[in-house]
Amino acid sequence: MISVDSVHLSFNRDGCIEKVLDNICFSVAQQSSCAIIGPSGCGKTSLLFLLAGLLQQDAGEVRISSSSRCGTILQNYGLFPWKTVAQNIGLGLVLQKKEKRIIDRRTDALLEDMGLSGFGSHYPIELSGGMQQRVALARALAVDPKILLMDEPLSSLDALTRERLQNLILEIQQLKKITMVLVTHSIEEAVFLGRKIIVLSERPARVLHTFDNTGVGSPRYRQSENFFHLCTEVRTILGVDENGKEA
Amino acid sequence: MGRKRDILGAGLLLLLIWQISAVYLQNMALPQPWQVLQDLLVKTIDGSLLDDIAISAARALLGILLALLTAVPLGLAVGAEPTLRRSISPFIYLLYPIPHVVLLPLIIILFGIGNFSKIFLIALIVFFQILVTTRDAARNIHRNYFYSMQTLGATRLQVYRHVILPASLPKILTAMRISIGTSVAILFFAESFATTQGLGYIIMDSWGRADYVALYTGISCMAMLGFFLYLLLDVLEKKLCRWSNAG
Repeated sequence: MISVDSVHLSFNRDGCIEKVLDNICFSVAQQSSCAIIGPSGCGKTSLLFLLAGLLQQDAGEVRISSSSRCGTILQNYGLFPWKTVAQNIGLGLVLQKKEKRIIDRRTDALLEDMGLSGFGSHYPIELSGGMQQRVALARALAVDPKILLMDEPLSSLDALTRERLQNLILEIQQLKKITMVLVTHSIEEAVFLGRKIIVLSERPARVLHTFDNTGVGSPRYRQSENFFHLCTEVRTILGVDENGKEA
Repeated sequence: MGRKRDILGAGLLLLLIWQISAVYLQNMALPQPWQVLQDLLVKTIDGSLLDDIAISAARALLGILLALLTAVPLGLAVGAEPTLRRSISPFIYLLYPIPHVVLLPLIIILFGIGNFSKIFLIALIVFFQILVTTRDAARNIHRNYFYSMQTLGATRLQVYRHVILPASLPKILTAMRISIGTSVAILFFAESFATTQGLGYIIMDSWGRADYVALYTGISCMAMLGFFLYLLLDVLEKKLCRWSNAG
């Protein structure tokens, strides 16, 4: 269970205080999923960084139920180019000083699960964007997390690869009973993956609306009427149609 | 393979230019290549040259090694730790531009006139080249790599081992490439005092005796020593930085 209560955050840029998050409140139930969507630069990445412990809020509280291992996928740059695919995946376990035999077995299993068999000794740069994202996903899953935090995990992929990986993420989340928080600027992605959808305003980010997305959970949801309805509603809240702003 | 052919071609072209210049100048100060080659062969067969090559190679290599072992850890720490950077960088700025060769009298007083003084002089000069490059490499690592390590729960030491060192390695090897040229050039100076062995001594000695063939034998050996060290570095680079050449 994750709960964010009246969280405020501001950055100090050369003595100039810039407010980033303004009174953010939401919670995510155990084994559920939540998509955070908002305009570019609104502060959604900062919000995810707070959850990942990479930033500290000025006021308010971020509570994550204790003893929850956390897997995190950051935007771009997440993989280490000087490590092979297998080394990248096993890194979390290496840092925990696990036995080599255990690391190898876990890495091999993940390579297979992610359809990356035979690519273990390749370097990330030798793989396509979609494969790199699967490596990042495998690395986050290697430590057997109870919570998965993702920042725009699929933003640089083509539409087809993107949908395939969305299906994969959905499947993994349900299979491994993971609590998932996903930051995205794609309306379809938010509606497809988020059991709860939180729409943020422009910076400083406030919660504009929270959607309860009961239809989520099946790859077929994408073709349903509800899906389109909800996409349209989110689009309206974001104000994409009115002022032509990019989401 | 193409690269090997290019190097051979360049070598032959240089020999040709040398040959033409020698014939054109008709001066003792520039003997013809075949005379030097003959001298080189005779001295190689009777073994008199091998000791000099070996001792010069050892001095250059040990000098670089000593510099590497001190400059790399310091450079990484100064680059990666802002507090250390602020306190150490001014000293680097002040000490780097000094022509360190002039410290030779002091080095002799401290370490005597033996081999260690020569090695120390080479190490001292090369130290700053490697230090500055390593520091700048460690400073310019993208912060997302650090975030990734933090989400995986790495300790500071693990961050050095898995991010700071490997990310800086290509630049460190480039610094070594420059250092090889420098160290071979310094050999000439370092071996001009208190020794009767080494390629630098051969050059100084034959110059004094106006034995220009022997002088060019020494110069050719120095060029080949430098070339050999470059080849060694190439092998090292292929082994250590496969990722930056991959893809």
